[in-house]
Amino acid sequence: MPEKIEKKDAQKHQLSRRNFLKGVGSGAVTVAVIPSSIAAIKAKETISFQETGVEKGVVNLIVNGRTYNVEVEAREILADTLRKRLNLTGTKIMCSQGACGACTVLVNGIPIYSCMTLTMDVNNSEITTIEGLAPDGKLHPVQEAFIEKDGMQCGFCTPGQIMSAVALLKNNPNPTLDEVKLGMSGNICRCGAYLKIFESVLAAAEKGRR
Amino acid sequence: MTRGFKIPKRVTTEIDFEGEVIKIDAEVPEQEPEPIPEDKKLNIIGKKVPRINSEEIVTGKAKYAFDINLPGMLYGKILRSPHPHANIVNIDMSKAEKHPGVKAVINLNKKNVRYVGEEIAAVAAVDEETAEEALNLIEVEYEKLLFVVNMSRAIEPDAPKVSPDGNISKPRPRERGNIEEGFKEADVVLERTYKTQVEVHNPAEVHGSVAKWDGEKVTVWDTTQATHGVRRSLAKELQLPESNVRVINHYMGGGFGGKLGLNVHTVIAARLSKIADAPVRIMLTRKEESYCAGNRPATIQTVKGGAKKDGTITAFYYKSFNNGGVGSGGSNATPLWDIYQCPNCLIEESSVYTNTDASRPMRAPGHVQGTFSLESFLDELAEKLGIDPLELRMKNYTTKNSGGTGTPYSSKGLDKCYELGAQKIGWHRRNKKPGEGEGPIKRGIGMATQIWGGSGGPGTQLDFRLLTDGVVEIRCGTQDIGTGTYTIIAQVAAEELGINVKDIKVMIGDSDYPYSGSSGGSMTAASVCPAIRTAAADIKGKLFAIAGPLLGENPENLDVSEGKIFVRNNKSKSISFKEACKHITEGMLITNETRGPNPKGYAFNSFGAHFAEVEVNTLTGKIKIIRHVAAHEFGRSINILTSENQIHGGTVQGLSYALFEQKIMDEQTGRMINCNYYDYKIPTAMDAPQIEPIIIDSVDPVLNNLGMKGLGEPPRIPSHAAMANAIYNAIGVWIRELPITPDKVLAALEERKEG
Repeated sequence: MPEKIEKKDAQKHQLSRRNFLKGVGSGAVTVAVIPSSIAAIKAKETISFQETGVEKGVVNLIVNGRTYNVEVEAREILADTLRKRLNLTGTKIMCSQGACGACTVLVNGIPIYSCMTLTMDVNNSEITTIEGLAPDGKLHPVQEAFIEKDGMQCGFCTPGQIMSAVALLKNNPNPTLDEVKLGMSGNICRCGAYLKIFESVLAAAEKGRR
Repeated sequence: MTRGFKIPKRVTTEIDFEGEVIKIDAEVPEQEPEPIPEDKKLNIIGKKVPRINSEEIVTGKAKYAFDINLPGMLYGKILRSPHPHANIVNIDMSKAEKHPGVKAVINLNKKNVRYVGEEIAAVAAVDEETAEEALNLIEVEYEKLLFVVNMSRAIEPDAPKVSPDGNISKPRPRERGNIEEGFKEADVVLERTYKTQVEVHNPAEVHGSVAKWDGEKVTVWDTTQATHGVRRSLAKELQLPESNVRVINHYMGGGFGGKLGLNVHTVIAARLSKIADAPVRIMLTRKEESYCAGNRPATIQTVKGGAKKDGTITAFYYKSFNNGGVGSGGSNATPLWDIYQCPNCLIEESSVYTNTDASRPMRAPGHVQGTFSLESFLDELAEKLGIDPLELRMKNYTTKNSGGTGTPYSSKGLDKCYELGAQKIGWHRRNKKPGEGEGPIKRGIGMATQIWGGSGGPGTQLDFRLLTDGVVEIRCGTQDIGTGTYTIIAQVAAEELGINVKDIKVMIGDSDYPYSGSSGGSMTAASVCPAIRTAAADIKGKLFAIAGPLLGENPENLDVSEGKIFVRNNKSKSISFKEACKHITEGMLITNETRGPNPKGYAFNSFGAHFAEVEVNTLTGKIKIIRHVAAHEFGRSINILTSENQIHGGTVQGLSYALFEQKIMDEQTGRMINCNYYDYKIPTAMDAPQIEPIIIDSVDPVLNNLGMKGLGEPPRIPSHAAMANAIYNAIGVWIRELPITPDKVLAALEERKEG
């Protein structure tokens, strides 16, 4: 009876979503800059409703090492939270359906499509975006390699490509060309700059070995 | 000079722009720097220079129009026709207007819509979701009309009429010689029909605009290939003085020709913003981008050609229907008209109107479609004649345009492309008898030829300043659509001034900067770079006028290289560039000198030849491009790194057109079925073949002061055609319709078995 099990799971998911909404505070707008060590702020037992009737709640996100308490809508995707509320517009949206990888960010070190992720589902997570790869202005080896090897054309998909490359090299620091292709296959480059992207990822791996 | 002013020189230059000859009338300088000799050792031009703006891109700091977030910004959405053809009987906006969060509504007052996606009304609201809701509250009463969306149906006599004058435009004939005589001379005459699909640009960044008013002035961040063009058209549309409109476009996520003109959504964003008294952002959704933001028209092309036994082509007849949607279908015939020696030629092309959104230029418009038919035909003709396809092309080689009957080319390195490309792919390895390989997985090799314009032209204006700290500021209203314009501008200035690219600040993509043309027709590099060089040379002279007295030398005797100004015949007598700049007493040196016209009496074209090696699984019909050698002659390459990247990109897009992409329409509803990135197939990393660019080492001797031509479109032109010919070489069956999908491969193989 797999169907029933699926339904049950769905119910559970909804419940947890409701619990989440109950469990977090209201009214807070983007309170930023708390060192991540202090971590989560205690939540209030309220649910807020917008004038349009949309459920809202506050999530705790650790983005690029900074803690943010952000009021978000229940239906809100992580890409929108990053771009609209935190003004981290380096994360791009191309397809809005998890087909192209432009919105790739790392959640607790794992690459995800932020256009397919509800912000409330990553409450209390550590998120790394393209803006977080070069703290203090020192470029990440993958960023350096993309510059040197010209792993871009229009540059719009590039942040997503770089985030995928960072995750790929973390899991496999010495990839072959075929492994690079597979690892980067979730990121579309409409300009077709794939070969320079592969060169960039391989050069970044080389930098890692040095 | 008693009148107190001088009359500058103006020259009209004829330019091959996207397959059509246009005239540019522009003021030109009295003097330009001499062309750089071919053997001169250069430090920056022609090297692999990383993009000067790449750090902004890889850190996410680059601001595209898509990224503009302004305080109080509203989100605009457009109500589009769900019907391919309808009269609008009534429209009621009142519910949308009253919807909480809605700040402005516009009714475009249309009486009739002719394609799915045509704009009807628009709203601006506090967020995208509210704007969507408001769209759903607009009540429109339609009177549905008969429609036709596919070209093969539209050309039938009883098809529903898209235009009152009929669905087929009057053919535009082009003729030379006498084809009847030509066919009489021929030993072999062949006629074939080829079909190509509708391709969607689908750039990474969708079309969109953010508009913000400040009193009677409006600033628009726009995804455009024509910063100044949009400013001018928008001012006209809004009935504003041009000086009240500013267009900004620092970064743009790909255009491929689809972002050349002013868009309706840009005007709507500006109007909504004015009504709401707040900034308004309209970005199309991927769905809108797919079904109503332009496309490359589908074609049905018939080629009839005659040749003598030795391969001499005697006549070409070409007829084509081009699906323009509600716009023009353009022209594909230039490759056939130009590339091969052929004295007798007749071309008849028609636009076919359908109830789909208007086609727009797309990377090498027409040439991509026309090269598929021409180059497939050449291979079919070669086989019929029993001549090697490459030999047939060399047999009909010409150094003049219009099939050898016109003007001499300023430079033409196509023979080199053939030679080096064939060598690299191993042309001799191709199947002597197509499809002869053993086993179910068959390999084949094919090639195709490319011709394009891309001469560049005069008219670019700029503001070039040298500051007292030795830093150069260049302001120019051109734009970088991903090709690397920022970088090549800096390279040319740095080379001419003998300084580092790091000391060149390039400011482009803003209509507040001096005028430059749109980025289309592979025109940007060869229009802008020679202008930059003229200005840099002028600044150099101005600096030498300061450095001369400091060195106790006549400024005429000075030269500059690697950060040092020195006396030409006594290099030890020198002053550093930066030191000399400290002596600029008027704060800065400034010039707006620009490039001259293109010389008369030549045809300016770029050339290339692509060679593909493919693998076809005859059991599944799946095709894999194994290797692709892409040889190009485009005069001097300014940046080898970005040139290679252009060639890679053109090849990958060609692969996509050859094997994957097509806009699929539902004939029952008139809607596009595959309007997303899942169902509209675009290659991923897994599909990218090994691509080996060959950049022919050449400098055009007369075209401009850098001896350069454009490269934007050329790599896109022959890539798919070479692959199609390789597929034939692998399986021995012609597939004359793109994309060559597995079902077509299997059907063709089956047909041969039965036949």
